[in-house]
This record gives sequence, C-alpha cells and structure tokens, in this order.
Amino acid sequence: MTALAIAGLRKRYGGHEALRGVDLEVGEGELVGLLGPNGAGKSTLTKIACGLVSPSEGTVEVAHPFGYLAELFRFPGWCTADEVLLLHQQLAKSSGGASERGELLELVRLETEAGTRVEAMSKGMQQRLGLAQAMIGSPQLLLLDEPTSALDPGGRRTVRDLLEELRRRGVAVLLNTHLLSEVEQVCDRVVIIDHGEVVAAGTPAELEGGTGVEVELASGLQTFPGATRDDVPRIVADLVAAGEQVYGVRVVRSSLEDVYLETVTDAR
Amino acid sequence: MTRNARPGGEKPSHPPASSPRGSLAQWSVGPVLIVARHALQEALRRRVLLVVLVLTAIFGGLYAWGCYELFQDLSGFRGDASGLDARSLAGATIVGLAMFGGLFLGTVLATFLTAGAVRGDAERGLLQPLVVRPLTRTQYLLGRFLAAAAVSAAYVLVVYFGAVLVTGWIGDFWPAHPFASGLRLAGGAVLIAALSLLGSVFLSATANGILMLMAYGMGLLAGLLGAIGDAIPSPTLQHIASTASWVLPFEALYRDALRLLVQDVPGVAGAIVQLGPLGGSHDAGPLLVPWAVLYLVIVLAGAAWAFRTRDL
Repeated sequence: MTALAIAGLRKRYGGHEALRGVDLEVGEGELVGLLGPNGAGKSTLTKIACGLVSPSEGTVEVAHPFGYLAELFRFPGWCTADEVLLLHQQLAKSSGGASERGELLELVRLETEAGTRVEAMSKGMQQRLGLAQAMIGSPQLLLLDEPTSALDPGGRRTVRDLLEELRRRGVAVLLNTHLLSEVEQVCDRVVIIDHGEVVAAGTPAELEGGTGVEVELASGLQTFPGATRDDVPRIVADLVAAGEQVYGVRVVRSSLEDVYLETVTDAR
Repeated sequence: MTRNARPGGEKPSHPPASSPRGSLAQWSVGPVLIVARHALQEALRRRVLLVVLVLTAIFGGLYAWGCYELFQDLSGFRGDASGLDARSLAGATIVGLAMFGGLFLGTVLATFLTAGAVRGDAERGLLQPLVVRPLTRTQYLLGRFLAAAAVSAAYVLVVYFGAVLVTGWIGDFWPAHPFASGLRLAGGAVLIAALSLLGSVFLSATANGILMLMAYGMGLLAGLLGAIGDAIPSPTLQHIASTASWVLPFEALYRDALRLLVQDVPGVAGAIVQLGPLGGSHDAGPLLVPWAVLYLVIVLAGAAWAFRTRDL
C-alpha cells in the first residue's frame, strides 16, 4: 500500500518548468525525506500533493485523511491554540474532541499554551502548533514542508521525537527539509530533487554507501575510490611492493551531505 | 486511496476519499457555516463590530439631534402658496441622507470583511491550512460571503430602520414603503460583498479595497448624472446612468430604494425630493430585482470558478 503515489508529475509556470516528470512513492508508515536546493521544486511538489496547486501533467494519489504543514503559514492571531485546533477539527470532521486537542498539544509540548493567543506565541511555538494542526483527524499521511525552519535546537529535537512517534503510529510522512542531519536520523528513504527532477533516491545507507581508502604517501595523498576496509592490506602491500613509503591509511565513507552536494552539483 | 490531482482538474480542497472531486451529493452547508462562523468570530474578536457599533451609536445620536432641530425649525412653517409640504420634504431628505450614509458604511464594512479573503489571506499564509481540509473552495468562498453579507446587510438595515424610526418619532414622517426600501438597500450591500469577494480572488487586499470604493463612487456618480439627465433632460446622461445601473446594480437598488421612499410625497415637495440629496430616485423597472439576484449568482459563480482554478 502506498500513502502517496506521484507519477510523471510536471508543472509549468509559463515558460518555466518547475517539475519535469517526477515519480515518487511514500509507502504506508514510511518516512521519506525530500531534499533539494532552493527552487528545486520541492514545495511545488508538496503543494500539488495536497491540492493547492494543479499539475500540468501526471497524476497524484493521496491517502485520506492527510495533514499538511505549509512552509509559510499563519494562524489568525486572535485565536488561541485550542481554538485553532478546534476549527481544524470541525473542518476535518474529526470526532476527537478536547482529548485529541490536548494530546496533540502535549505531543508538540504546548500543553500549557492551550489558552494562549497565536499572536502571543513565538515563531517556534506557532510552528509546533502548525504540526499539531497537521495531525488533526489521525491522518494516514503527513506532508510537512520545512517543519523545522523556525525552530531552535530544542524545537528540532521535539520534531524529531514527533516523527519517531508518527513512525510508531504507522503514519506516512513526506518531509521536505534542508536539514540533512534530520533526514539521516529519522528518514527511511531519501529523495533528492534538483531542477524539477529526481536526481537520487534510496535509503540513507544506500546513498551514503560510497566508500574509499585514502593513503598518505611521500608523494602526497592517493585515493582508492570504492575500496573498503577489507582492501587495505592488499592496497598497502601493492604500494610497498611498488617502492612507495606508506605514512598513513584511512577508510573514508561519504556522508549524506557529500552525496547531496555531489548529486546536486552534478545535476547542474 | 484517492486520485486527487490531474492536469487541469479541480484544484479545491480535498474532498472525502470516496469522491475525488467532491460530488454534488456530498456537498453540504456544514463547512460553509463553519467558515462563516469563523469569519464572524474574527470580526467580533478583532473588535471590528464593536468599533462599528460605537461609531453607529454616535451617528445615530447626531442624526436624532439633527432631526430634532430640523423639525423644530419647521414647526412655525405654515406652508406657502405652492402648497409645499415642508414636513415631507424635510423627512424624505433626511431619511434619504441616512440611507446614503448607511449604504456607504455598509459598503465599507462589506469591503473590509472580504477584500483580502482569497489572495490577501493566501499571501499571508492564512488560507492554505484551511483549504487543504475536506471542504471545497466554493464552500470556503460561500462561508466568507455569508458572513460578510449578513453583517453588512444587517448593519445597513439597522441604520436605515433606526433613521426611519427616529424621523417618524421626532418629525412624524413615515416613508410609504419602508420595508421594500430597506430590503433594496440591504441588497446593495450584499452585492458589494459579492463583488469584493470576486475581486479578492485576483487582487491584493489593498488594491481590491480601493477598487471597490472606486466602483461605489462611480455608481454614485452615474446616479447623479442620471438625476441631472432626467431634470434637463439629456438622453446621453440618462443612457450613462442606465448602463451603470445594469453593470453596477447596487447603485440602481439604492436609487430604487429612494424612489420607494419618496414616491408618495405629493406636489412640489415630491418633485424636489425625487431629485434626492445624493443621487435622485429612479424607477429601474420590474426587472431590477430579478437582475440583481441573477447578478449576485453570476458574480459568486465567477468568484468560485476563478478560485477553483487558482494555484495557491
């Protein structure tokens, strides 16, 4: 079962093509990180998935109910946190009542702010309220567009815990973010998008899988791409046999950041 | 699982899973009322209505004072050789002024409540969290319209009937058709709310607000030109006024309301009050009310269609 299935998605704004045939799936209960530079098409993709923007070509299938947190959103300043959630409960036809609102506020650590007006909240608190709003009605899928952009490290930790909790509950998540560390820590799969195209996809381990061995010689640093720890004795033996003097050996493993920068740069 | 987005398809908020496009059978007024109640709550909590009520109370007090002084001055007037009915002249004129003031303030209220309903709220990020919920964009729009139309129409009616009662009580002048006249005024405010909502799909709140007030002013000006055209008479001015009446029927409703106010005033006084204090009375004929209703439907349908096809 897939919670989100996108096929051949294209979006044109006049002469500019924001998305160029994107295929993407998010399985039930799967946490997928969507990475890419500014203007890559991530937000457009998320907006199409939740119906705010229409595609030029392609299809999108979304599990219902779903929750959405926009990158740039605001709640009415005159509403209290509880009133914001109540309004969304009514619109989502959620029967959760006060207990659902209380539980969600607790989940985002705003349980003491139920009666606080939005205009009196910090940006980080509003962002956490936005997350609680997105979870109204027990969604099967959450589309989160930069959910940690206004959060301090403590708030980001809260979001990470929340994502882990969502995984436990079997909620599928498409997480659009710039924070690679966040993706590395919580996501089951990563999709990197650049210039409207998917340029890399896989589990963090698969994407980070590129290894190599760096050997320090008298003549400088020599790299053996693709080599692993098991290859070190043979490499050193070959070098010594060839008359080289070996001063140091290091097994290197590329991080998601390396992969991201390499992929995105290559794609340009 | 629901297929919910295809090229060129409806781009409203998401319907329930069993109906990808939100079929008519599943269309309910529930979300409309939720949105309307939310908009009314906002007006209350932001103290918009409180400010309006306080200012209206001040307006009402000043109106009553002016009315009292006016009819006091008339108490010694015995009439003249032409048979001028000074009481009717004064009463119709001052109620006509109250009608103008009430509709103007109702226009401002309707415009402020709707000017930023779509593009303005979308630019501020208020709209997106709401319209991804299982309500159609048409339902959202109708909710906003319902709130603005109810508030502005009620306001116009309160001001109008307040003025009628004060004038009748102080000056013993009672319009011939107070209810029909009041309903036309309220209808004018409702049309302005709908037009402002349509404008909000395309324009920012400021631009839309300016446009609506200019449209109101243009309608008023066309009405004045029509009154001059009737008096001279000038077919060209009459034609301009007639065209404006069909394009902006809220103006025609105002002039028709004035007609119903003064049509039973006899003699010289009747001739004078028909010229009106701000735009003369005018009989637009039996098609005016049906046209106003059709116009409302067309404007709302246009707004809904434009909103449905808009990327947010």
